[in-house]
Amino acid sequence: MSEVIVVTSGKGGVGKSTTTANLGVGLAMRGKKVVLIDTDTGLRNLDLLLGLENRIMYDLIDVVDGRVEIKKALVRHKKYENLQLLPTSQVKDKSAVNPADLMALCDELRKEYDFVIIDCPAGIEQGFQTAIAGADTAIVVTMPEVSAVRDADKIIGELGRSEKDNIKLIINRIRPAMVDSGEMMDMDDINDILAIKCIGQVPDDIKVVTSANRGEPVVGDGDSQAGKAYENIVGRLLGEDIPFMEFEKEGFFKKLMKAFKLSKD
Amino acid sequence: MLDSIKRMFSGEKSGKVAKRRLQMVLIQDRASVSPEVMGMIRDDIIQVLSKYMIIDKTDMEISLENVDDSVALVANIPVQNMRHHR
Repeated sequence: MSEVIVVTSGKGGVGKSTTTANLGVGLAMRGKKVVLIDTDTGLRNLDLLLGLENRIMYDLIDVVDGRVEIKKALVRHKKYENLQLLPTSQVKDKSAVNPADLMALCDELRKEYDFVIIDCPAGIEQGFQTAIAGADTAIVVTMPEVSAVRDADKIIGELGRSEKDNIKLIINRIRPAMVDSGEMMDMDDINDILAIKCIGQVPDDIKVVTSANRGEPVVGDGDSQAGKAYENIVGRLLGEDIPFMEFEKEGFFKKLMKAFKLSKD
Repeated sequence: MLDSIKRMFSGEKSGKVAKRRLQMVLIQDRASVSPEVMGMIRDDIIQVLSKYMIIDKTDMEISLENVDDSVALVANIPVQNMRHHR
């Protein structure tokens, strides 16, 4: 049974591509056959997060226009052979791919892959409608900020109008210390507001940035809180019942221990 | 100014403020209806009411309004005469 998942958010900059990359690598680490499709045409980025930017020969639009076969356009991940990327075009305009094209592509890829994960562009225009067309499941990524939550609600409404009823939520870039002091909404607050099943809360973690710098998603990194959070999300997508993690608060003492390498994380 | 002093003494944390404000604004967002749909609602209301009364279509007003923390469909429809039913 294969599943087509679209990762969407409404608002830009909340971590759609980072989430897509981490879920892709995480599922591949678990032995699943995965293909990631970047549909943010004109603003190609998923390749960079996966460290595959120098291997691109063809793109989504070449495939849709019939210039190359899908197989030829897929870029294989360096470390995980069962993970492939279909990059988007960096130049052509967004209207080049329509919902029917993407739906047909997803149906083709379903035959061979366990998971097809689509990285959706920001906004609710044509690019969004195209990205969601072939999906069974939508993952809405948001952040504990008023604008991101409002846009997530809008997206959830749009998904409902398109009869996409299997919607899951990921809350990204949580700052545990701020949540503790009451200066940031927590998962329960956001659940109350959006009423969507939450499958993950990912803390703000400098390792997300440093791993992106290297083109290696953080999901495999056991020393990183965000890495563990993504691993848990991958488990939940595979149907495992994993409790939500408690975030470690890095206090002064912990930092001191770390400085002297007395603490493992 | 008065607001910020109030805030200082009420001690409400910004996380709770965010939640409360979002819950309010989303009621409005979710109730927003396109002019096209509003026109369809209006036409349907006219059709139903016209079975029982003669209404002034040019002067009628219908809109969605926020009342406290809920949304109401408010209609003001002038009735010119009743139709007589046997």
